[in-house]
Amino acid sequence: MTIPNIVGAGLIVIGAGVGIGKIGGSAMEAIARQPEASGKIQTAMLIAAALIEGIGFAALFAAN
Amino acid sequence: MQKNSVVRIFMTFALILTSMNLAAKDNEKVENGGKEGLRTEIKEFIAHHLQDSHDFTFFSDEKEHKYYGFPLPVILWDEGLKVFSSSKFHHGQTVAEVGGSYYKLYHSKIYKTDAEGTINYDESHHATNEKPLDFSITKNVVSMLLIGLLMFFMFRSLARSYKKNNGMPSGVGRFLEPLVLFVRDEIAIPNIGEKKYRKYMSFLLTIFFFIWFLNLLGMTPLGVNVTGNIAVTFGLALLTFLITNLTANKNYWGHIFWMPGVPTFMKVVLAPIELLGVFIKPFSLMIRLYANMTAGHVVIMSIVGMMFLFKSWIGSPLSFGLAFALSILELLVAALQAYIFTMLAALYFGMANEEAHH
Repeated sequence: MTIPNIVGAGLIVIGAGVGIGKIGGSAMEAIARQPEASGKIQTAMLIAAALIEGIGFAALFAAN
Repeated sequence: MQKNSVVRIFMTFALILTSMNLAAKDNEKVENGGKEGLRTEIKEFIAHHLQDSHDFTFFSDEKEHKYYGFPLPVILWDEGLKVFSSSKFHHGQTVAEVGGSYYKLYHSKIYKTDAEGTINYDESHHATNEKPLDFSITKNVVSMLLIGLLMFFMFRSLARSYKKNNGMPSGVGRFLEPLVLFVRDEIAIPNIGEKKYRKYMSFLLTIFFFIWFLNLLGMTPLGVNVTGNIAVTFGLALLTFLITNLTANKNYWGHIFWMPGVPTFMKVVLAPIELLGVFIKPFSLMIRLYANMTAGHVVIMSIVGMMFLFKSWIGSPLSFGLAFALSILELLVAALQAYIFTMLAALYFGMANEEAHH
């Protein structure tokens, strides 16, 4: 682990965290507005979060 | 009142930090390399846990070379089939002689050596010895066979209970039926569609329960790490890739090579990107499951390893509390990763079966 690797890993985590956080926050707002659609919103949220997570992990592997 | 509790919390933290510091100083005096030695030992232990192995060891004492577990069969293809027990390797300490050839275990891999067991290295310290084709029944294979058998008996009892009780499940089936219905009603039908979901159900149910049970098996103290092995997730992703592309209709291929509804120039630009997407989709499935499970195992084991680093009253409760909380999180992740893998597989099957809508 050199310093660029560690900084890169940190940047990836920040990026993925912001992305997943925004998805989670928007899903919360959507559920608050339409509680009856919470099931569908949750599914869509999980898929989007999983896609970001996949890219985040791929980048973490590249950073190491 | 408020101020008092803030001060108290601050004092507790200060106390914890000081005691950690003291413990660290105390540990530096420890024999055989001190804290650094202990750290590398923990790292090696974790790296060893993440790998597949040729024997099933429950506990081990590396210093005294005592291992509690059982050996597994080794099957090699090296100028003919060679089958022997992994106890011949003595956990990598001795050279196994089979039919005139010599083999040695080195970092959980089998290398062909001479009678003394010499391993040659290149500049970057990788072994350059010849590797025979290894079809051994390793720890991961045993775990997968175990889970496969368990699933076979559980689902057979579900099917039989339907027959016996006029469509009512009993016993373990009462636990499985809602999960099967969940996979059908929440994963398969919304993503693939009412008409075509049936032929994919067997695959979706199999991967859902297979991944979930293997993830849960990884949480037991048996120390198996099957879904955190990239070869296993590669196999699962390969099956998804094959099923997606072999059952795809002409509409799917049309969307890849000649995207309808865009100008001709864009069609040419989009074709290679879409073709790349065909491979990236299963690749991301493989990486996601592998990285999630590996990360979970590494974090929990590092936290348990903290106990040996702080040799003071604070180390054990701290690492126990953290490991307990993270294990509960990992139970959630185990189910979530199985769900996401199945969900995305169903999504890809649905994409491959979409009818023309313009």
